[in-house]
Amino acid sequence: MALLSVRDLEVRFSTRKATVHAVNQIGFDLESGESLGIVGESGCGKSVSALAMLGILPKAGRVTGGSVEFGGVDLLKLPDQKLRQIRGKDIAMIFQDPMTSLNPVLTIGRQLTETLEKHLDMDKDVAKKEAAELLERVGIPRAADRLGDYPHQFSGGMRQRVMIAMAISCKPKLLIADEPTTALDVTIQAQILEVLKNLTAEEHMALILITHDLGVVAGVCERTNVMYAGKFVETAPTAKLFSKPRHPYTLGLLKSVPRLDAARKERLEPIAGLPRDLRTLPPGCSFAPRCLYATDRSRAETPELHTIDSDDHLVACWNPVPDADIPERHSLEDPGAS
Amino acid sequence: MIKYIVRRLVLLVPILFGLSLLVFVYVRSLPGGPEIALLGERATEQSSEAIRKDLGLDQPLPVQYGRYLKNLASGNFGSSIITRQPVMDELKQRFPATVELGITAILIALILGIPLGFLAAKRYQGFLDHASLGASLIGISFPIFFLALILKWIFAVKLGWLPSFGRIDATIDLPHPTNFYLLDAIIDTNWKAFVDVLKHLILPAIALATIPLAIIARITRAAVLEVTNEDYVRTARAKGLDPSVVDRRHVMKNAMLPVVTVIGLQTGLILTGAVLTETVFAWPGVGSWMLNAIRNADYAVLQGGILFFALITIFSSLLVDISYAFLNPRIRYQ
Ligand SMILES: Nc1ncnc2c1ncn2[C@@H]1O[C@H](COP(=O)(O)OP(=O)(O)OP(=O)(O)O)[C@@H](O)[C@H]1O
Ligand SMILES: [Mg+2]
Repeated sequence: MALLSVRDLEVRFSTRKATVHAVNQIGFDLESGESLGIVGESGCGKSVSALAMLGILPKAGRVTGGSVEFGGVDLLKLPDQKLRQIRGKDIAMIFQDPMTSLNPVLTIGRQLTETLEKHLDMDKDVAKKEAAELLERVGIPRAADRLGDYPHQFSGGMRQRVMIAMAISCKPKLLIADEPTTALDVTIQAQILEVLKNLTAEEHMALILITHDLGVVAGVCERTNVMYAGKFVETAPTAKLFSKPRHPYTLGLLKSVPRLDAARKERLEPIAGLPRDLRTLPPGCSFAPRCLYATDRSRAETPELHTIDSDDHLVACWNPVPDADIPERHSLEDPGAS
Repeated sequence: MIKYIVRRLVLLVPILFGLSLLVFVYVRSLPGGPEIALLGERATEQSSEAIRKDLGLDQPLPVQYGRYLKNLASGNFGSSIITRQPVMDELKQRFPATVELGITAILIALILGIPLGFLAAKRYQGFLDHASLGASLIGISFPIFFLALILKWIFAVKLGWLPSFGRIDATIDLPHPTNFYLLDAIIDTNWKAFVDVLKHLILPAIALATIPLAIIARITRAAVLEVTNEDYVRTARAKGLDPSVVDRRHVMKNAMLPVVTVIGLQTGLILTGAVLTETVFAWPGVGSWMLNAIRNADYAVLQGGILFFALITIFSSLLVDISYAFLNPRIRYQ
């Protein structure tokens, strides 16, 4: 049985003017210890999906359908008090912006120990010792001395390390990292990814890594789901996704990954057009208006995920990218940035 | 921190110096003079002249100011022109009366205003939110003077539940080592007096508290709404903490920062409000004393009273800065 099994998850936001269809029937399975990337451009519903699974959507948002089974229990049906025992303990989350994700008026130590006290029933002194060890593990020097410091005394990269320490403090079975490196500069990004990779491997944690940067996913995740307008449009083992992207959107993402070895005259190609307005969802493929491969059928009928090439490669497209259009250079050994 | 406080206190000296000059000139520019208050209808050219001479008011202003400063330096605030009492003696009685009233009012405003603002934010756009908005608007726009009269009329005159004037019942015998009557009653362990003093405090304190209460409730509401949307609150929720812990430890601690700032700005409001409330409830504080002094052009009293108001304002802003530094680790004064 899969550790996490999401089916037909659907999230809507009711705003004053309209209903936003932020997440539209997404589904996936995740085994324990497995790492999954979720990739897509800004606003496609990555964060909202994760927050919905944990039951911490903003006020205006609500889950309108689907199930999120974790260890055989549907989290969406769980009363909030039961869900809180899982949140932060069995499933932990790291957020995008380390500058704002830590409470500015509490010490780092306090923000670490409160989780330990709540979930592991540690008393203050034990929790403090544990907190220092956690900071040590994520590579913060003189950890014990720094427990009394406040977030503003740490750099961005160090704060993200603190966030990671907080997230892994109860040895979760699943770690969701929502754009953990987006706000950091490139060298720090690589370090943070390294820390994440090592820790999840050591603790045999499952990882969901959310990002808009395919380059980030390349070195870390076994599998990658590509998301567009609140839907998964392609899913495959990461290596396959890089070598044989079948959805035109995936191809577009790959072409827009910045590469350190781009000395050749290749230029980055941004995907033309704007992301889908999620307030109305007309029939047909959401990507069709921006797509070079779109057919009449794409505009009339919504494509569902179906296998292509092999059993573990699925794509939702009526007219997948043919081999001839896939450039050579996109291989996993050369994953672009970082 | 200690250094910062000392520096602020040292700064007090030039501020008070400048202030004393301003007050001195200002008071003397008011229409009329003490001789009119003293002599009233019977004032003649000659008797007025005699009184002005007697009070030293015939001398050039710089000379008068020099003498005033010299007296101040030796702790002598001069005497009331009307009662001939030393200003300092009366200040010792009236200062605690006003401070006791003001602190009670601020406590009421805090104890009611913060939870009210918090609840309004939690029930954002709900009934309680709208109700508290309405109540705050009324609270802010209702003239204190009028409110004080209404409170007095309903609860003291009509219902007779509470006394209508003064600080303590005349029949109660209580020594006054501090002149803070609540404190005096505790020192004397006289609980009957304590309750009586409290009863006298309630109406004027409520009248004085309404505006700060409304403002504090509004600010708290806005701050809680804003903080609730902060990323670190989402982090706290993701940790699985109980909602009450999230609210207390993560939301309120941050939301209190703007509230503290606003409390500091309320001091001036409380002091002006005190002038009106004290008058309605015959509260023997600095406010009602000053009002009389203005009527009588009682220069020494006005000078002493205004300096006292300035001191309170300065000290409370210092207090606010200090508590702000305690609440906000990003600010450390050096
Ligand atoms: N509080 C909210 N109220 C209304 N709509 C919202 C709210 N939060 C998110 N949305 C909508 O949900 C959609 C998905 O947002 P989400 O934050 O999941 O995007 P994302 O893929 O994480 O993007 P990013 O890369 O910028 O983090 C957005 O298009 C947005 O319009
Ligand atoms: Mg996001």
